Amino acid sequence: MEKKATRNGFGEEMVILGSENKNIFIVDADIGKSCKTDGFTKAHPDQHINVGIAEQNAAGVAAGMATTGKIPFVVTYAVFGSLRMCEMIRQEIAYPRLNVKIACSHGGFTPANDGASHQAIEDMGVMRTIPNMTVIMPADYWAARKLTRAVAEYDGPAFIRFTRDAIPIIYDENTEFVIGKAHIAREGTDIAIIANGDMVCYGLDAAAKLAQEGISAKVVDMHTIKPLDVDAVKDCVENIGKIITIEDHNIINGLGSAVCEVVAEMGKGKVKRFGIQDQFGESAPYHRLLEKNGITVDAIVAAAKNF
Amino acid sequence: MKKRSVEELKEIAKDLRKKVVTMIYEAQSGHPGGSLSAADFVTACYFREMNVDPKNPKWEDRDRFVLSKGHVCPIQYAALGTLGFFPAEKLHTLRQEGSPLQGHPNHHCPGIDIPTGSLGQGFACAVGMAIGLKVDKKASRVFTVLGDGECQEGEVWEAAATANKYQLDNLIAFVDVNNLQIDGTTDEVMPNLDLGEKFRAFGWEIYNIDGNDMGQIVRTLDTIRMHSHDHKPKCIIGQTTKGKGVSYMENVGSWHGVAPNEEEWKQALKDIEEGF
Repeated sequence: MEKKATRNGFGEEMVILGSENKNIFIVDADIGKSCKTDGFTKAHPDQHINVGIAEQNAAGVAAGMATTGKIPFVVTYAVFGSLRMCEMIRQEIAYPRLNVKIACSHGGFTPANDGASHQAIEDMGVMRTIPNMTVIMPADYWAARKLTRAVAEYDGPAFIRFTRDAIPIIYDENTEFVIGKAHIAREGTDIAIIANGDMVCYGLDAAAKLAQEGISAKVVDMHTIKPLDVDAVKDCVENIGKIITIEDHNIINGLGSAVCEVVAEMGKGKVKRFGIQDQFGESAPYHRLLEKNGITVDAIVAAAKNF
Repeated sequence: MKKRSVEELKEIAKDLRKKVVTMIYEAQSGHPGGSLSAADFVTACYFREMNVDPKNPKWEDRDRFVLSKGHVCPIQYAALGTLGFFPAEKLHTLRQEGSPLQGHPNHHCPGIDIPTGSLGQGFACAVGMAIGLKVDKKASRVFTVLGDGECQEGEVWEAAATANKYQLDNLIAFVDVNNLQIDGTTDEVMPNLDLGEKFRAFGWEIYNIDGNDMGQIVRTLDTIRMHSHDHKPKCIIGQTTKGKGVSYMENVGSWHGVAPNEEEWKQALKDIEEGF
């Protein structure tokens, strides 16, 4: 299967968006090349600001620019774009509901060999607790392009997270994505797997294995964890009842938690969550970091069978 | 810009100071000390220097004002209410439920473009505004007020560096150097050393003045206006007195965030009126 990092999808779509709308800006904090904004910078030098290694300021500058009608994308790594900038995002972007986008590469464990300092395992949960914020993680290259465009067209603050590493391309250019609306990646009747980012691919792989054993698994790409597609979760509960969530994020306050909030209030249905076990990572191969947290296709298959 | 003499501006500053202490007395909550130290610069901006339209707060070509030391918003509210950005009666609703005059400034108040109050952040936003206006080749300028204590925030210096890089000659910062912060004097809590030299080292044009002397403020703003295209951001280091104009508040740190009682409020009005 062809692979591409979602950060590349973001970078390529931004070049096109920058041509279409001269109000779209990128505010970099020195790591533009790594976050794939170099194409945009070359194509649209007048729409590019680089504030240097100063993420807090990047958020404030972007907020100020938004008050003058610009649509700034602050670009950095997910750990800095959520935590280093956290209060600035809350106070100057989310509170006044300004049209600023926080677009982050290196989501989850994907900066694997960089170690814990660069791995963002809390980002989506932290962003999810801030009022007015939209939180997204696309599942592949095409989803990254489509959701980058959707975020640019959406009028309001949004946090969108990409992978550093190449991940399988599971969609094509005709697949459509709507912010806040789950994408059904595979239909099924016996168990529902709800995932986001590259974990959707894990879900699809697990579903394929389960199919060989006569178990029909539905795979839901919940690319937007806020606003959550509550109806999609309810549908899984009503029609299937058994849900597995998978995320490259701390088990606390990410996708699994968001799904459980809906399920708990419904008073029926059962959930098994796969995610990072509330522990920091280390420098190690990506798949090893996931393994150490119990995130493997085989474990997902076993959980589905033993539900 | 409006033609107003220094004497007229002094009278307006007096009026705004009275409104500040009245608002805080009525709310029994708020920050009088810094509101009074910044009063003269805020007056000069709103009543002389800036191009704003109270009837059209979002006028595209307006100058911007960002109160980065957001806790002293009573002085900004007093200016906005006096100019007619909102009905003057609203000045009696400071910090009340449902009021646009929140404890710290927010975007729901006519005339305020962005919330402030978490120190250091408003300044970065002011830099972003100045960039946006420059991109659009607007003549509008951005005025921002920082506290000297606020300059202990690292974000201030990140933003200062950005203003230099993008040659923001449309940005004017006023540092309200009243030398006091919550836990003591700035020298005790965290010495700022020479703030003017610091800003100069960051590429800014510096103006050292008495920040409570209306004549000096007006002359400085006149000078700055003449240098609107020199590619340099401007920083006025204004030496001020915390609690300026109220006898028992001047240079008393404990009046940072405390409301006067009735007797104190009456005394404050008398002090301000008589220019004690």
